[in-house]
Amino acid sequence: MMRTPSAWIGVSLVALMVVLAVIGPPIWGEAAERIDPGAVLQGASAAHPLGTDNLGRDLLARVLVAGRLSLALALLATLAGGLAGVVLGALPSVLPRRAARLVTATVNTLVAFPGLLLAMFIAVIAGLGARGAVLGIAAAVAPGVARLTQTLAASVAGRDYVAAARLLGVPRPLILVRHVLPNIAEPLILNLAQAMGGALLGLAGMSFLGLGVQPPAYDWGRLLFDGFSRIYVTPVVALGPAVAVALAGIGFNLLGDALARAAARTRAAGAAPAGAAPAPADPGEPDPDAVLEVRDLTVAFPGGLTPVRGVSLTLRPGEIVGLVGESGSGKSLTAAAIGGLVPYPGVVRAGALRLCGRDARTMPDRELGTALAMVFQDPMASLNPALRVGGQLAEVATVHLGASRAEAARRAVDRLGHVRIPDPERRARQHPHELSGGMRQRAVIAMGLMGTPRLIVADEPTTALDVTVQRQILTLLREVTAETGAATLFISHDIAVVGELCDRVVVMYAGRVVEELPVAELAGGAAHPYTRALVASVPGMDTDRSRPLAGIPGRPPAPGGIGPGCAFAPRCPVATSRCTAERPPLAPYAPEPGASTAHKVACWEAAA
Amino acid sequence: MAGMTRRRGAYALRRLVRFAVALGVLMVASFAMIHLIPGDPVRASLGPAAPYELVEARRAALGLDQPLPAQFLGYVGGVLTGEFGTSFLTGERVGDVIAARLPTTLTLALAATAVALLVAVPLGMWAGVRTENGRRRGTEAAFTSVTGTAVAVPEFLYSIALVAVFAIGLGWFPPAGRAGPESYVLPVVALAIGPAAMIARMCRVETLRVLGTEYVRLARAKRLPSARLYVRHVLPGTLTATLTVCGLLLTALIAGSVIVEYVFAWPGLGQRIVESITQKDYPVAQGVILVYGVIVLTVNLLIDLALGALDPTSRLKE
Repeated sequence: MMRTPSAWIGVSLVALMVVLAVIGPPIWGEAAERIDPGAVLQGASAAHPLGTDNLGRDLLARVLVAGRLSLALALLATLAGGLAGVVLGALPSVLPRRAARLVTATVNTLVAFPGLLLAMFIAVIAGLGARGAVLGIAAAVAPGVARLTQTLAASVAGRDYVAAARLLGVPRPLILVRHVLPNIAEPLILNLAQAMGGALLGLAGMSFLGLGVQPPAYDWGRLLFDGFSRIYVTPVVALGPAVAVALAGIGFNLLGDALARAAARTRAAGAAPAGAAPAPADPGEPDPDAVLEVRDLTVAFPGGLTPVRGVSLTLRPGEIVGLVGESGSGKSLTAAAIGGLVPYPGVVRAGALRLCGRDARTMPDRELGTALAMVFQDPMASLNPALRVGGQLAEVATVHLGASRAEAARRAVDRLGHVRIPDPERRARQHPHELSGGMRQRAVIAMGLMGTPRLIVADEPTTALDVTVQRQILTLLREVTAETGAATLFISHDIAVVGELCDRVVVMYAGRVVEELPVAELAGGAAHPYTRALVASVPGMDTDRSRPLAGIPGRPPAPGGIGPGCAFAPRCPVATSRCTAERPPLAPYAPEPGASTAHKVACWEAAA
Repeated sequence: MAGMTRRRGAYALRRLVRFAVALGVLMVASFAMIHLIPGDPVRASLGPAAPYELVEARRAALGLDQPLPAQFLGYVGGVLTGEFGTSFLTGERVGDVIAARLPTTLTLALAATAVALLVAVPLGMWAGVRTENGRRRGTEAAFTSVTGTAVAVPEFLYSIALVAVFAIGLGWFPPAGRAGPESYVLPVVALAIGPAAMIARMCRVETLRVLGTEYVRLARAKRLPSARLYVRHVLPGTLTATLTVCGLLLTALIAGSVIVEYVFAWPGLGQRIVESITQKDYPVAQGVILVYGVIVLTVNLLIDLALGALDPTSRLKE
């Protein structure tokens, strides 16, 4: 709780206030009451640093003494309000349904009322003075506490032990007292600590308006009331009580914040510098034939985590390449790195990251925004719910292509129709929530088609959709790739889908490419034990349903826990001691001379 | 689409019914206020030395000699026709007092709301963008502690400090009264600081939330210019929550205006209600409190309706 300086300040200020309340009156009480007709209404002087009042009493002493009454009244108001609030908040759980609803509705209306208005209302009835003000502030505190009690009680009511007690026929008031209240006491008390600050300021405000403490008694608010009437002549007399109120208010607020934070601590550990990654290899000459050329891509996070390590990819026009791997294999981060979307504090390093032969990292937004289309997993989430679908498409054209609004809107409708969204004019005017999931994913693809995409990066675009819609989206992706001549990088954990859609498959494991092969060889010719296990895990028509599904034993390693050897070695059925000691490089794989040269694998045992 | 409209209609209707019920309760409460005062309010107001005849005449003028149900009906009828009774002290019609002072109070409150929103929303968004994903922890710490402190300091301290520094010390602005645009500056600032700090905090948190969404990722993938990204794609998503707080803040701000009006001798309702309570001018206190209550309920109703209209995903829950 004492981790932050603000928590320290809060605790110190509140402690100071408490000490002041205890020692203030005995020490300065006499000085605060000493009337000096020779020194009335003075400003600051050596004898009276904050001046004197109309009877010549020392204002500094009075401020120090007034702390006790200010705090005591605030405490009283908080306790009274807290008690009333807990009762009001707990009532609905023991009252009959109709009465409970009435209480709840009353509390909800009262919560919306500003505390000061409630306090003034009560003060009119109870009369001017400390009693009225305390009752008023208590009335202002109560609704908030009641609402909190209700919410907390409702959350506890669903727990097993409460349900069990109810089943056993324990009467409801007893359940409330025995099971519910003890379990919500802690957050309630925390909240009261915060309410105390509010009550203190509220009482000061009431007294400042002349509606609170009346002479001869005085609290900080009353001193401020007296001081304020003289502010034009001697401003210093308002300073003491003002500073006291401000410090007390800030102190309780900071303390309340710190308590709340300590109660709900889910803080992550502080950031450490990004893990060192090996210097990327020489970028080499651009491949004139490649749409996307990634050389030695590494994504590192603070704390030595490197979820993507030395990935190289080349995509050619019209080609659909599947990037496969389990979650955590780094495939989505690879996609994010290509799109320049790796979240802070991730660090991207690459020997080369080229789009159509040019460095994607330095490409102007105008070109990248039209040449690269991205499609994400959840079509429910990837369109802005507040904006019309058509507008989200059209802005690509107005921003990057200099189209007029009308042109852009026309093109948006045209593109929506192109991805076979029925009635595109109407759909363009709708908000995303009015479209089905499949239609939304089509709209996202259409968005990518607003420009002239050279590369489409689709990150699990069908995972969130049901099977028939999945198929339609896959077909659409294939058509779009064919007609635009773009290359598509299709990221998926589903090797069956990849096998169906793609021309080439790149398999990633623990941040590295372990195998790269033409799709035709996937079913029978995969060389890496991991790829083979992935393929075997897909149930086919001829799978023996009486046997359990083939899985891969073990779990992928955490990004931090990878040894010097092959990351798959601990789960690999054919691993040798060499595999755990030395990492196999990604090398061309040709089981028999003359086979395709597109097959590469990173495995010591693959040659066998 | 039709179902949507119907659902929204039902939502608006429910809110209106709730508003009407709350109005009724408010009427009962403000009527009961005078009757809940222990002893005889007229005697309390006129003092123990007042002659018996005067007290009785006052009571009759207020209708206090009639049975309670008749009094309540008379009260409701009076309120509906703008007849709130007459001031014990000045003999003014309370309706006239309200008519004369309400606009002054509303101008102040609306100006403060506008200033708070204009400052706080960009500030909160800026802070959110700067501290996205936990970067710049220094900025984050500074932002939260400054706004946290600003929220904790009450309006009357801002008012006093502003008067002391800018009116008395530097003499830049008038210390009190309402005359000309420059007289608005200090009260509006005093009233706006707290809500602005609160909205800015809220707005930062919401901006952080929206920046983490998939749709902002996609908008970033489209390489939109920053201004367009933040204003068009991020801002709308932050508004729902910000608006919800605004409702609470607006009502708090109306209460805060009582204190600010008192400090700056601003000729609004707030100044008058304080006066009426300290001087036991019950008809004025009753009328003004009723007006404040109606304002609070109306603001909440408007915010609810605006939220219902703004939120196309129809997260309208009871």
